[in-house]
Amino acid sequence: MSTIQSIAGELEPHPDVALVERVRGGDVSAYDTLVRKYERQIFRIAQHITQNREDAEDVMQDAFLKAYEKLEQFQGNSKFYTWLVRIAVNESLMRLRKRRTGKMVSIDEDIETDEGSVPRDLADWAPDPEQNYNQAELAEILRKTIQGLPQGFRIVFVLRDVEGLSTEETAETLGLSIPAVKSRLLRARLQLRERLSRYFHRKKGVER
Amino acid sequence: MKCKEFLALLDDLIDDSVSPETRTELQTHLGKCGHCEIIFNTTRKTIEIYRSHEIYDLPAGLRDRLHAAIMARCKKGC
Ligand SMILES: [Zn+2]
Repeated sequence: MSTIQSIAGELEPHPDVALVERVRGGDVSAYDTLVRKYERQIFRIAQHITQNREDAEDVMQDAFLKAYEKLEQFQGNSKFYTWLVRIAVNESLMRLRKRRTGKMVSIDEDIETDEGSVPRDLADWAPDPEQNYNQAELAEILRKTIQGLPQGFRIVFVLRDVEGLSTEETAETLGLSIPAVKSRLLRARLQLRERLSRYFHRKKGVER
Repeated sequence: MKCKEFLALLDDLIDDSVSPETRTELQTHLGKCGHCEIIFNTTRKTIEIYRSHEIYDLPAGLRDRLHAAIMARCKKGC
């Protein structure tokens, strides 16, 4: 029975397919639906890569416009969302290059790390550590912490863990191998964990 | 299992992509090693916090500007 269900599930087209078809048929309101569905994700990705609000706004606009214009080229064999993310990542990297003229911007820059070493900061966290901060403070902590990660780690973490792309989709989007994505993801997660420990560790009963 | 081996499989454990046998081995290690237990729990929490908190709010008016831009293109033929 579960086999039948999973086969039926695979045949069920993604709801975006119908929306894309409607846009292709001239229905602009269907594109508004797609925009509303993914605008937050695309803006966040752009902000994480460019680290600049103005650039992120431009990237979001350009990515959706470009996707709209190129919709004829969109092949149904990838998801509309991952196709859109790829456009947004490329637009973001282009913005970065413009800002830092002459300086190469690459997501596969070599990053020195101590792979395989066991993290040392081992204070346990408070049970609900985020409750020790108000929303604004917490957002600031999370922004500061992730901004400190090397670019190549940050993008992988954002696409894979925050925006829900699979390892394969992340690799394809960034032009990286799957092992490279996996090793960056592990190091990104561990570095973020270690940096957040500063704010979230259990306050009493722990000598630090 | 040593801590280093545990760490090498940490992501797979978090992403739930380990075989049942490996899972049992990892869980046995977790039961005995407070060090790895903290790493496992706090790493999972790290991901969860980033997933559940909006740290970059969508600027007001951005959607309207985008809509206007799309309509402008559209008038040229769509
Ligand atoms: Zn251990």
